[in-house]
Amino acid sequence: MPESNNTYAVTLTDLSKSFGDFVAVNRVSLDVKKGEIFGFLGPNGAGKSTTIRMLCGILPPSGGSGTVAGFDISREAEEIKKNIGYMSQRFSLYEDLTVEENIDFYSGIYRIPAEKKRQRKEWVIEMAGLEERRRSRTATLSGGWKQRLALGCAILHEPPIIFLDEPTSGVDPISRRNFWDLIYRLAGQGVTVFVTTHYMDEAEYCDRLGLIYRGELIALGTPGELKTRRMNEEIVEVVCDRPQQAMGLIEALPFVRHAALFGRGLHVVVERASAAIPAITEKLVAAGYEGVRPEQIVPSLEDVFVSLIEARDRAEAPQREFAR
Amino acid sequence: MKPQRVKAVAKKEYLHIIRDPRSLIMGLALPMLLIFMFGYALTLDVDNVPLIVWDQSETPASRDFISRFDGSRYFSLKSYARNYRDIERAINRRDALVALVVPVDFGRRVEAGRRATVQAIVDGSDSNTATIALGYAENIVRLYGRDVALEKARRLAGVLPRPPLDIRPRVWFNADMVSRNAIVPGLIAVIMMVIAALLTSLTVAREWETGTMEQLIATPLKGSELILGKLIPYFGIGLIDLALAVLVGRFAFAVPLRGELWLLLGMALIFLFGALSLGMLISIVGKSQFVASQFALVATLLPAFLLSGFVFPIANMPRFLQIFTHIIPARYFVTILRGIYLKGVGLTMLWQEAALLAVFGGLVWLVAVKKFRKKIE
Repeated sequence: MPESNNTYAVTLTDLSKSFGDFVAVNRVSLDVKKGEIFGFLGPNGAGKSTTIRMLCGILPPSGGSGTVAGFDISREAEEIKKNIGYMSQRFSLYEDLTVEENIDFYSGIYRIPAEKKRQRKEWVIEMAGLEERRRSRTATLSGGWKQRLALGCAILHEPPIIFLDEPTSGVDPISRRNFWDLIYRLAGQGVTVFVTTHYMDEAEYCDRLGLIYRGELIALGTPGELKTRRMNEEIVEVVCDRPQQAMGLIEALPFVRHAALFGRGLHVVVERASAAIPAITEKLVAAGYEGVRPEQIVPSLEDVFVSLIEARDRAEAPQREFAR
Repeated sequence: MKPQRVKAVAKKEYLHIIRDPRSLIMGLALPMLLIFMFGYALTLDVDNVPLIVWDQSETPASRDFISRFDGSRYFSLKSYARNYRDIERAINRRDALVALVVPVDFGRRVEAGRRATVQAIVDGSDSNTATIALGYAENIVRLYGRDVALEKARRLAGVLPRPPLDIRPRVWFNADMVSRNAIVPGLIAVIMMVIAALLTSLTVAREWETGTMEQLIATPLKGSELILGKLIPYFGIGLIDLALAVLVGRFAFAVPLRGELWLLLGMALIFLFGALSLGMLISIVGKSQFVASQFALVATLLPAFLLSGFVFPIANMPRFLQIFTHIIPARYFVTILRGIYLKGVGLTMLWQEAALLAVFGGLVWLVAVKKFRKKIE
């Protein structure tokens, strides 16, 4: 165990949380190495925020165990709070306070020594690009600024682990890009980053990913591993006119698991691409489509997650039918 | 407890207050409004009771008798009636609260030294005022009767005899028996109780509602540090309210402060600690600004108003209510303020009340700290 404490920033074993009858998080086990950017993915309501709150010591788990920075999440929550930075999903700074006042407040809370206070404050202001707005009320800032300021306040005390709960929701693409540059910089300094998101492009930036769906962890691995190893099916891309109509035709084929609109065409999930491509071509040509050339492609992360979630739904459907 | 964290919270809370016009209005304007409103409206003195008179006798004696009423500060003669219908109309319209009917034979009987009867009709719909007015009326009649008897004796004996019994009442501490002198100090207690609890009842609940609490509970900040830090700026508001109330009492209502100002200040600090902590506790348990403020209002205004001895003397209450008043902190503060204001007494007389207030504050504080959990429920 002492060794694992040195290697892992977060360890979870069968972590669970129920609210009455509703199981929000169901036996989640995973480890996050120090210095890693770990992405926690899943649709809204899958249990991402519930898990992250338990890790931050602000929500007591109903079962299982876990450690953060070597401290037990049930018994040593206050020790954890000294070693983490947490940025909740909602903007959680004081809107009636100015940028500087918010930073000063959190330096007081984290007891930043007087000699370091100035330097940390300037660091946050510069990092967030708020030099011109330091005396503005936080309420008047745009989404990207607010979110960088919130991150700055959460890491004023230079914690070794930071938890970010959907940090980029509602933020424009440029700001999202800048934000991830920041996360990379922090990870480069050895900080462990545990981040939830439902943006697939952001998932690609992570060192490792966990996919949570209906409270259960259904996949865990690096983005590369998930794309190559976790898919049982193959993906065929069909670029054509009138894709909406083509989707109806293709989904009627017996070996097609699923088809979805994707950019200018369709992504079709099939068991074996080599068998499916001729059949799809034949069907579309018969329907009057011209120059259609389906191709097998490497699945994107989104394909992987859609496929995993569909597979999970198919597996659970009979059970739910039975339970009724 | 780390001073650096308490200071950070206090500063932040201070900024919230000065930037939120709502809290400034509630903290400073509302108490002033209350003290003026209650100070003027809530007078228990019955003065200038409107009077209607039906003088059937119309003799010098009856006019002398009536002038005794009109000449006192308790009654003010509004009109004369000619029949009972006039009286009924005046009372129904509330032009008069008391009607006096002097019978035809009044003058004759008084001249002859025989027993005369007058009728007083009182509007009982306001029973309190009616009782007091009747008391005044009886007193005037008794004095008039005594004077008539003495006058008769003087005429017979040639000298003014001494009345057999002569009461010389002396009222201490509020020599003019102006009820405002007792009301203003009590009012300060009630207002401070309500405002203190109401203001703090919003603060913790607001942070849960806006989501800022989720960030705070993920930091090493302790519950006691948060609560103390939040209380500090409200102590300031409470003391400003106290100062304003003392000034208004002195200059608008001419209520003198006989005791020591520093003692008043010290007692107010002890009292504020309990009242503010109570609001904080309500905020912690209530978790929503609406629920917490409603509850704070009911939990402080009613007991402070009804059970503190501010308006209704505790000694007149049923036994179980009397026992109950012991857990109302405003009760002790009303006693303390009246003691300092009216009697000018010192700590030697008030230490018991002060100690009880301190115990109340300490208990509420402990419960608030205990109830505040750094967890999402």
